[in-house]
Amino acid sequence: MKLLKLVPDNTNIGFVKLRHWAFALTALLTLLAVGATIHRGLNLGVDFVGGLMIEAKFQQPAELDRVRTTIDRLGVGDGSLQQFGDPKTVQIRLPLPEEGGAGAANAIVEKARKALSAEFPGVAFSRYDTVSGKVSGELIQNGVLAVMLAVIGIAIFSWFRYEWQFGVSTFVAIMHDVLMTLGFFAITQLEFDLNIVAAVLTIVGYSINDKMVIDDRIRENMRKYRKMDMKALIDLSVNETLPRTVMTSVTIMLALGALLLFGGHVLRGFTAAMMLGIVVGTYSSVYVSSSLLITLGLSPQVGEKKASKTNIAAQAERMGPRDDGARP
Amino acid sequence: MLNFSRWAVAAILLPLVIGIVCAIPSFLPDAAVQRLPGFMQTRVNLGLDLSGGSHLLLEASTQDVAKQRLANMEEQVRTELRRGTPRIAIGDISSRDGKLSFMVRDPSQVDAAVERIRPLTQGAGLTGQRDFNVEVVNSSTIVITPTDAGIDNAVKSAMEVATEVIRKRIDEMGTREPTIQQQGGNRIVVQVPGLQNPKALKDLLGQTAKLEFKLVDTSANPSDVAQGRAPVGSEVLPYPNNPSGIPAIAVKRQVMVSGEDLTDATQGYDQSNQAIVNIRFNGSGGRKFGQVTSQNVNRPFAIILDGTVLSAPNINEPILGGSAQISGSFTVESANQLAIALRSGKLPVALTVVEERTVGPQLGADSIRAGLLASVIAVAAVAGFMFVSYGRFGMYANLAVAINVLVILGVMGMLGATLTLPGIAGFVLTIGTAVDANVLIYERIREERRRGRGVVQAIEFGYKEASRTIFEANVTHAIAGGIMLALGSGPVKGFAIVLLIGIATSVFTAVTFTRLLASRWLRAKRPTEIHI
Repeated sequence: MKLLKLVPDNTNIGFVKLRHWAFALTALLTLLAVGATIHRGLNLGVDFVGGLMIEAKFQQPAELDRVRTTIDRLGVGDGSLQQFGDPKTVQIRLPLPEEGGAGAANAIVEKARKALSAEFPGVAFSRYDTVSGKVSGELIQNGVLAVMLAVIGIAIFSWFRYEWQFGVSTFVAIMHDVLMTLGFFAITQLEFDLNIVAAVLTIVGYSINDKMVIDDRIRENMRKYRKMDMKALIDLSVNETLPRTVMTSVTIMLALGALLLFGGHVLRGFTAAMMLGIVVGTYSSVYVSSSLLITLGLSPQVGEKKASKTNIAAQAERMGPRDDGARP
Repeated sequence: MLNFSRWAVAAILLPLVIGIVCAIPSFLPDAAVQRLPGFMQTRVNLGLDLSGGSHLLLEASTQDVAKQRLANMEEQVRTELRRGTPRIAIGDISSRDGKLSFMVRDPSQVDAAVERIRPLTQGAGLTGQRDFNVEVVNSSTIVITPTDAGIDNAVKSAMEVATEVIRKRIDEMGTREPTIQQQGGNRIVVQVPGLQNPKALKDLLGQTAKLEFKLVDTSANPSDVAQGRAPVGSEVLPYPNNPSGIPAIAVKRQVMVSGEDLTDATQGYDQSNQAIVNIRFNGSGGRKFGQVTSQNVNRPFAIILDGTVLSAPNINEPILGGSAQISGSFTVESANQLAIALRSGKLPVALTVVEERTVGPQLGADSIRAGLLASVIAVAAVAGFMFVSYGRFGMYANLAVAINVLVILGVMGMLGATLTLPGIAGFVLTIGTAVDANVLIYERIREERRRGRGVVQAIEFGYKEASRTIFEANVTHAIAGGIMLALGSGPVKGFAIVLLIGIATSVFTAVTFTRLLASRWLRAKRPTEIHI
């Protein structure tokens, strides 16, 4: 049987050569993403701004205008409607009453239910969320803290494990991934809720995974070919790991594609964020973090010094059956 | 590297078998699980977003607790100094800025007053820490300040009682398997699976249910009452259903009987078929109630719930039997709720709902179905892709993934972990990343073959070199997962649990287990060429 190979043997693409163009493009896109996030803002869900959310499932595709007028007539504040994918399902968001606590929120939910049931017979209410301003503030704080700690923790790990250049380049690349994801949500105005924080953290996790594999190969090649030019060495490493990079991206995309198409509307935003993150993360592994190592002045000699002064394990590895004649 | 001793094979297979066995209960119906041996009774719990139900986060105001404590202290000080012997004359007690201060009329009695107050402020804890500090300012003013430790203790015990009261109230509602947990210093999480409309639950939990019986002050001038002024020894309370039209009434400050003296409360009907609550007092409560009603025949008394007067009936005759009725324009439902609240005791502190999430059972069922379908399709697509890319070795990876999915479920079952909708997403993603380990290994083997290594050597080298990379990559991935678990709330946590378990099990199945499969095949067939 002939097996599938997405990347032909001995592929040799000059990634490093393109790095100035890549940096410029990356910087531009990142600036655009940041600009969009600041300018348009994120469409924050009730998790983060507080408020009331009712999800209604209609028997026919929902007529948004009629739903909107029904809600507006109640006079319970500025409502907003949202739909993703399923034309019969609508999310109605309302501000939380300032006074009266749970009782007042209950009253609004009841009012909205009654009005909608009267206007649209057979409507079912599948979900309610009520989040007070206090809790939503904490949720934002925890979300931001989680993402920042994850990025910093991982950068510190790769700094201790390798040279500082790896830590810095990884940090920059992951920040790029996070900012691009935020930009995506600012531009599409998809709802940004707690699930998306989980998605961002997963993108961070995946992206770092991807960079570790390439970094690890660069380290290995630095020990193997001590005299090789750094640019050539990084090109070699990225090309050697390219089949794996492509294979893994494709398998994860297959899994996420199944989730996007069949996983139901609740997870749709989450899956969209993840798919984008995989693309961005893979791009930044190849074009941002690896190429940045050259700019940061990584050289085989740097690796040499660190390896000799630090741990015995690294030395033991060097003495292992590495150079056993299997040259390319 | 490719030689496994019999013991090593057993050591690899045993945890996998245990994991799979532990996954079995999660697939069985309730009845079948009960017949299994004890260690297999735990299974994966479905989160509220999958089973449908309500999640409520209740918060107690710590200021409220502090205020109540201060009010209690004020009462105690007044009683001690004014009623005790010798009587010590004091000025008005002010309770501004969260502390009590008052003047002692006769400066020579200041020390005696402090001596008398001190015992009231002793903390109950073993450390002997005081929960109030007593100081003398300007030689005649005594200031009583609550200590932080005292407030913390009070909040802690109030929360413990509140959690118990809530548990009782929810149990009385007859709902299935509620989870009630204290969270942080002043919050309680309530999760009730299968609850359609949480309105009744919220109403029930929103009631403090502090019940008091007080005599109505009939001497009060109605126009004063309307303006909120009451005669000395009385207070004006809201009375929304007052037949006189004024939504307030003056009642004596002294409490006749309170909810603490109740032994039972049930919903019933009065002669005109109106819903009421029947209550029964304990011995001392019944005596007190009988005594007061005997002395006050033909005068009205007020039934007060959480500071609001429900009704103010006339005492037609002494009520000696130890039972009474609470009326006050109830519906059957609200009377029933009040009865439950009274039976379970009053909350020591008022709770407000700061977060609520309710998922209807229909949406939950839809989510499970969609999640399962997505998982099956994801597995099929990934498996097919792995097979066309790596042939026999791809199938090894697929077998490893299949076992991995079962083992994750097994581990979650053992831990009694909760599977949420984001958890299903975590599952699907784990499937995608689990094969990454195999991709790393197989690509490495391909590379080594291209460099001219022999079959056995290439496989051995591929596993060895890739293992290091896989380890590094997964450690960093686990860092992200650990942070999610530690800091995340709700959906983030549900996702992180699956991700972390998946990272741990997938390294084992994807690396160790497939290596075992590969080595068996190599030894059996001794191939000189491999398709990979």
